[in-house]
Amino acid sequence: MNEWLDPLLLSRWQFGLTTVYHFLFVPLTIGLALTVAIFQSAWVRTDKAKYLQLTHFFGKIFLINFAMGVVTGIVQEFQFGMNWSTYSRFVGDVFGAPLAFEGIVAFFLEATFVGLWIFGWDRLPRGLHLATIWLTTVGSIASAYFILAANAFMQNPIAFRINEARGRAELTDIGELLTNPIALASFPHTIFACFMVSSGLIISVAAWHLYRKQHADTMRPALKFGMWMMVISGALTTFFGDSLSLAMTAAQPMKMAAAEAMYKTATGADASFSIFTLGTPDGVSELFSVRIPYLLSFLSTHTLDGTVEGINNLQAQYVGLYGPGDYTPTIWITYWAFRWMIGLGIAHILVAVVGLWLTRGGRTPAAAWVWKVAIWSFPFSLASMSVGWIFTEMGRQPWLVFGLLKTESGVSPNVSGLEILISLIAFTLIYGVLAVVEFRLILRAVRQGPEDAPVPDPLTGETPQRVTVY
Amino acid sequence: MELNILWFWIIAAMFIGYFVLDGFDFGVGMSLPFLGRDDTDRRVLINTIGPVWDLNETWVIVAGASLFAAFPEWYATMFSGFYLALLLILLALIVRGVSFEYRHQRPESEWKKWFDGMIVVGSAVPALLWGVAFANVVQGVQLDAGHNYTGSFFDLLNPYALVGGLTTLLLFFTHGIVFVSLKTEGDIRERARKLAVRSGLVTIVVAASFLLWTVLAFGSLFTAVFAALAAVALIGSFLLNLKGSEGWAFTLMAATIGLAVLTLFASLFPDVMPASNDTANSLTIANASSTPYTLQVMSWTALIAAPVIFLYQGWTYWVLRKRVSRGTIEAAAH
Repeated sequence: MNEWLDPLLLSRWQFGLTTVYHFLFVPLTIGLALTVAIFQSAWVRTDKAKYLQLTHFFGKIFLINFAMGVVTGIVQEFQFGMNWSTYSRFVGDVFGAPLAFEGIVAFFLEATFVGLWIFGWDRLPRGLHLATIWLTTVGSIASAYFILAANAFMQNPIAFRINEARGRAELTDIGELLTNPIALASFPHTIFACFMVSSGLIISVAAWHLYRKQHADTMRPALKFGMWMMVISGALTTFFGDSLSLAMTAAQPMKMAAAEAMYKTATGADASFSIFTLGTPDGVSELFSVRIPYLLSFLSTHTLDGTVEGINNLQAQYVGLYGPGDYTPTIWITYWAFRWMIGLGIAHILVAVVGLWLTRGGRTPAAAWVWKVAIWSFPFSLASMSVGWIFTEMGRQPWLVFGLLKTESGVSPNVSGLEILISLIAFTLIYGVLAVVEFRLILRAVRQGPEDAPVPDPLTGETPQRVTVY
Repeated sequence: MELNILWFWIIAAMFIGYFVLDGFDFGVGMSLPFLGRDDTDRRVLINTIGPVWDLNETWVIVAGASLFAAFPEWYATMFSGFYLALLLILLALIVRGVSFEYRHQRPESEWKKWFDGMIVVGSAVPALLWGVAFANVVQGVQLDAGHNYTGSFFDLLNPYALVGGLTTLLLFFTHGIVFVSLKTEGDIRERARKLAVRSGLVTIVVAASFLLWTVLAFGSLFTAVFAALAAVALIGSFLLNLKGSEGWAFTLMAATIGLAVLTLFASLFPDVMPASNDTANSLTIANASSTPYTLQVMSWTALIAAPVIFLYQGWTYWVLRKRVSRGTIEAAAH
């Protein structure tokens, strides 16, 4: 068969493409739902027009983005059955439950109340209307928990037994499944990273307007809020990222060794973290590198004299455990994705820290470059999020479910390469067009800036209520 | 009753929820060229479902995930087997959803025309293909011993399945139009009612043929009762629409869709995906389901969540009960 029509390769590309794409919208949905809820709460509490303006302004961006998250999400759920039917048969008894919970508990809540929030301005009392955006936020955060619990099973399969006769994994304890140590660490890590992404957006947008010396009445408080949220959620993302790397070292030592492209087992100072390596990161030839001694030991074991197992060692172990084969992920991807995630993450946290210092006590930095750097916060945060996700999924390879099922064994046996090529092209085209449309709509909404606050009627003294129509 | 039998009917109930709710969204979407004489009309139509299409569509996500959890084999066989059909449904749902949200973002009529077109296509394609898919499930498809579908996309386009697709297309179309008459005010409400009479007649003929075919070819006494009730509800809805009782006409239309889905599930029982080539390869409630433990966990979750979900979704429709008129759109434009 033509190698371009390899169903496995095409299915992997399609899953990768659609997942990475879907996950561009999800963090912003989760982060902005909370942001809008906070702004609206501030308005309800203080009655200050600027908070209402901010609610509507970021609410509009939230909704443009929300639509994309919804429609690309259905693809994700259908794809398990469409492209990975062998995987679905094998794990359905375990993996299906958190997915169903996600729908029953989280998606319904999110989808129902977001509609009420959009159209409820003139139909619900203030407090109740505020509750709708909070319930949307709760729904979006809960959905992240369930999907990460499902993903944690693929990273660190627990709470199951293998039924040989049925050839499948079967759930033994739902409580254990939902409290997978990987999920308990990856959930806060991911959620706070989502808040970083929305903070990044707020900083970028506010900095853009302030650089142009416009809308200072709303954009200055927005900038301050975004920077504080960035610093706080950045610190928490880092903290839980550390918990996650500890849990991941226990569950998948290979992934952490691959993150460092460390071929030989190392202890203490030798278990160093390379910030930058010139040369091929295949361990064969290294021209130049900047290394922090002990750091990898600390990250992996929380001790300075810990031993971090190398790829070669683990590969030999896995051959003994699982039979002959290559159990090493694609090292250049894991190595660089891990660094870009951390590097970009730290970069835009620093932007916020410096920004808070420069704007302290009502100061406004005059230098143009300060604003130009701040405008990059959003792309940095989104890119950091995206490569983090790529790292964790690519680092699991060649496994689909770690230690249980290889990716190559999970693909649908009866879907032809041609069919998958058709769907891959269709998704690529439609996603490409929609990305352009969405990006332009968001840019347009950003440029327009916040609408003026509603003015009370001079005769009746009543402020007109917002009526939403499509 | 064993839990997997219970879940067979819960899955049926979830698809009923999906088809009744997103069904009228599809109908409203398809009605744009018939009822929308100008942009304001089209906005009236879109605003009848604007706040709820997302919640309605979520029913298919919940139904799909529950199918995955309760009947992994059924989910895997159906979704991989109907690959291209589901791809078309996905693409349609993507462009439809985005269109609802993006159409009003810009004022240019050229911009809106694009999204209007995508709403119509994005509504018609799933309305047709869901019927084709479920008719094929009832009729049975070629499965190998590993329960993998061995036919092609074009095997799915057989006469029975196409009549099934036409049935859901027409049912959802009429359902949507009756919904429009229930949710709008003025001229468009009257036009919707009249269109529902005409489309209702065609729907009765096609749906009755499909139901009869289903009962005769795949049915039991059980199936016949559901099919007969579905036909009675459909005719009742038609007569009530003639009388101008929009609320009851809509209720009976919803009942028709629910009973039609029950007819299909009753015809399947106790299979979930019969193999047309060799009954030994059929997927049944017994060999496709998850373990009793997983089903027990799912049952508790559903039992606790269902009343809450019904309550807040019902409340949402109540909050949004006001009819949409041209006046609503024009007032908001200022």
